[in-house]
Amino acid sequence: MTAAAFTFYLFSLSVLAGGLMTVLARNPVHSVLWLILTFISAAGLFVLLGAEFVAMLLVIVYVGAVMVLFLFVTMMLDVDFATLKGEMARYMPLALFIGVVILLQFAVAYGSWAIAPGTETRVAAPAGAMENTRALGVLLYDRYFLLFQLAGLVLLVAMIGAIVLTLRHRTDIKRQDVIAQMMRDPKTAIEMLDVKPGQGL
Amino acid sequence: MDAGFLREYLPILLFLGLAVVIGLVLVLASVIVAVRNPDPEKVSAYECGFNAFDDARMKFDVRFYLVSILFIIFDLEVAFLFPWAVAFGDIGMIGFWSMIAFLVILTVGFAYEWRKGALEWQ
Repeated sequence: MTAAAFTFYLFSLSVLAGGLMTVLARNPVHSVLWLILTFISAAGLFVLLGAEFVAMLLVIVYVGAVMVLFLFVTMMLDVDFATLKGEMARYMPLALFIGVVILLQFAVAYGSWAIAPGTETRVAAPAGAMENTRALGVLLYDRYFLLFQLAGLVLLVAMIGAIVLTLRHRTDIKRQDVIAQMMRDPKTAIEMLDVKPGQGL
Repeated sequence: MDAGFLREYLPILLFLGLAVVIGLVLVLASVIVAVRNPDPEKVSAYECGFNAFDDARMKFDVRFYLVSILFIIFDLEVAFLFPWAVAFGDIGMIGFWSMIAFLVILTVGFAYEWRKGALEWQ
């Protein structure tokens, strides 16, 4: 067994174990940590495939950003896990039914799996001798122009949607007004009073 | 994949293995060596002398999510810039202007969130 094959089995095992423990872990925070392990191992598998850029993106975007958000939600959110577990028994038959249906669909799909003739010519252009970040760049911005712009629009919609859904300006608190602070004049801000002894204001 | 390409990743693999080993050693050493004698006071949450008021999980302001979601969106935007920068010499004018259009679309979103005050912490 070569070193590459050994590393492949190591990362595959780690992906499988991480995925399984994500589902099985009792504590949702532990689930998220196992999911992070799964993503990092998947990044290792991508490196073995030669897709370095995708591997690094997986680490930066999924582990660095998305999983931190997940961890934040599961650690901080006010969810009563005891009642959730109690309700699990109620929905178990439905969940099992859906699982069996999906499994059967997979079986049907893989049972009659056949690659259509001429598919090889329809896949994306071969990278050739280029390193794959460059190959992605050459394809993405030119040949897949429309998809790239649509991705930009999806991000725009996500941004505006998040703001519209969550931004509430509170009126019951004082906010800092930097211009007003800087334009403040000592002549009008301070008033000198001549207070007689024993009288007060 | 060819072996020369993967050989460049060997130091990272060794580093990963070393990190796993050190982590395991630190965790297992405390499991094996350390004296453990727990009682209810020791394992309860420590709150500077007084008893903990309630659970750490609580309702909190939704603006924390807004900040993290906006962070993820701009993270993705930067991720799209990497292949563009690497392939800059090969993509020609269409590739250049397609990225400029993409950046303009996201700048519209950025201007919107700035004007709405989503970046301000009040």
